[in-house]
Amino acid sequence: MDESGKAPLIELRDIYKIYYMGDEEVHANDGISLSIYKGEFVAIVGKSGSGKSTLMNIIGALDVPTDGEYYLGGEDVSDMTDNQLAEIRNRMIGFIFQQYNLLPKLNLLENVELPLLYAGVDAAERKERALNSLERVGLKEKWKNFPNQLSGGQQQRVSIARALAGDPSLILADEPTGALDSRTGREVLDFLKKLNKEGNTIVMITHDNSIALEAERVVRIIDGKINFDGDVKEYAAII
Amino acid sequence: MLQSFKMALKSIWGNKMRSFLTMLGIIIGVGSVIILVSIVNGYMSYMVESFTSMGVNRITVSYIALPSRSIDVDDFYDFYEEHSDLYQQMTPVVSVSATVKNGSDTMDATSVGGYSEEYLDIMGYEIESGRNLLYSDMASRQKVALIGDFVATELYGSAESAVGSTIKLNGDAYTIIGVVERQTEDDADYDDGCDDDFVWIPYSRAVKLSRNADITSYTFTSWDTDDTDSCTETLEDFLYEHLMDEDLYDVTAMSSLLDSLNEQIGMMSMMLGGIAGISLLVAGVGVMNIMLVSVTERTREIGIRKALGAKRRVILQQFIIEAAVTSTIGGIIGIILGALCSTGIGSLIGIEAPPTMSAVLVSFSVSVGIGLIFGYMPASRASRLNPIDALRSE
Repeated sequence: MDESGKAPLIELRDIYKIYYMGDEEVHANDGISLSIYKGEFVAIVGKSGSGKSTLMNIIGALDVPTDGEYYLGGEDVSDMTDNQLAEIRNRMIGFIFQQYNLLPKLNLLENVELPLLYAGVDAAERKERALNSLERVGLKEKWKNFPNQLSGGQQQRVSIARALAGDPSLILADEPTGALDSRTGREVLDFLKKLNKEGNTIVMITHDNSIALEAERVVRIIDGKINFDGDVKEYAAII
Repeated sequence: MLQSFKMALKSIWGNKMRSFLTMLGIIIGVGSVIILVSIVNGYMSYMVESFTSMGVNRITVSYIALPSRSIDVDDFYDFYEEHSDLYQQMTPVVSVSATVKNGSDTMDATSVGGYSEEYLDIMGYEIESGRNLLYSDMASRQKVALIGDFVATELYGSAESAVGSTIKLNGDAYTIIGVVERQTEDDADYDDGCDDDFVWIPYSRAVKLSRNADITSYTFTSWDTDDTDSCTETLEDFLYEHLMDEDLYDVTAMSSLLDSLNEQIGMMSMMLGGIAGISLLVAGVGVMNIMLVSVTERTREIGIRKALGAKRRVILQQFIIEAAVTSTIGGIIGIILGALCSTGIGSLIGIEAPPTMSAVLVSFSVSVGIGLIFGYMPASRASRLNPIDALRSE
């Protein structure tokens, strides 16, 4: 429970993710507890190998923890099967990847329609919602184009449109500016901020402190543990 | 579902070369099944047809005459008349080796034989000029001859001028009473020893010419080929009654030869079908191979789709439909090519070889089946991919 008395959107309770490399145990996540509320803009920051990607996979329901409990929108995701996880991802999470991850053989509209297709939305509604989504990122006119006909920044906007299409509770952005130059990266960040202002919950994973400072709240991971969790202003003060 | 088909078509079209190579195996497999089966079938019906024109209702009888036990021609005629419900026609057969001459012109390969007046009908021939042999010619052992068109043309120039002329068999003069219509269709085959190179004389006269006391060969025809068995048995009973020894006679029905021929061709057709089936199997392995490559190549795509919420079933369906569509298209092309080729090859070797419905159906369903079965394994592998690993792959 937070100050306003609402249940958290994301609640991680003592999450462990352990890999075995030969005889050696690797604790990628070593007892992480974290709550994120609706409407927050959280940056999870950490160096490579810190365990932030493992944490992102768990938050994104792409993977289940070895130990601990994860509640997403009140549902226990920790023990779900492959198919149940797919359904949760489809319904709750909009992914924005560093490499955009658009399907090169589908046009923009078809790419944005994908999550709706898997949600079982009928063709007419799918097209309408996907076009709306493309309109929000300013690429509605180009819906017939293919991803490789677009610049990197435009492709990332398409992937944002795809993330928005299913109207998810959480937008999970993995190094969203990592493949972009600073100017287009700036645009994407501003767009994420705008989405947050409109009420969307955003979790952004990054290794870059300057990017992390764009969020409202920063969680720093070092060696699989939370090293810092607080307001962006406090974080700015300690780095 | 419709969406999945569209996606499959898009993906097949998007990888034209790879899809074509996959299909090629199936095209060759299906095509060869159809070509082989159709040509064997065409050949079979060609053989059956030529056998039928030779007279499937014919039953030939031969026996070895011993001084103590022999059967008279009259006994055969009595038997024939007694069983007129079974036998349509009958003729004694007396082969004669004789030189055939008109003046100094000699024929080289002419077959000379003695038959009854019914032989013309048994052979299914027509008279071109003059008349057939008559029963009275048999009774009075007339020195008359019915000759083939080739003999008439070679020795007398035409059928008309042959009739009424004499022909010499071993020096004996015979009057030509008639000429049989030409049977050889192809001019190239119209030569010594062809179907038109013969001289028929009354069997009673031929016996004298061959200096044999007994007639030991006969040809019967049955009214109905379905009665062949009872016709054969009745003849065998008759022969046993007179000769008292099964080793002394032989009764052969043309239709039983046809049956064994059909059996052999059927076996050949099965064998060739089997070989073609193996090529279909190889095509199936090809489909599996390409599908596995396709899964590996598209690991990232599968990862993206799964991350966006595609369940296992959806991925499985996508790949299976792709395999099925690939093999169906390949199958259809194979059928078309197979049909064209078998018709083409058929006309090239001079037989009718239209693709048989069963060959088309079997090869088509086998190719689609193979596509599904061999597409399942890669598809199932694709559906089980972990989205994280799949996303990480390049």
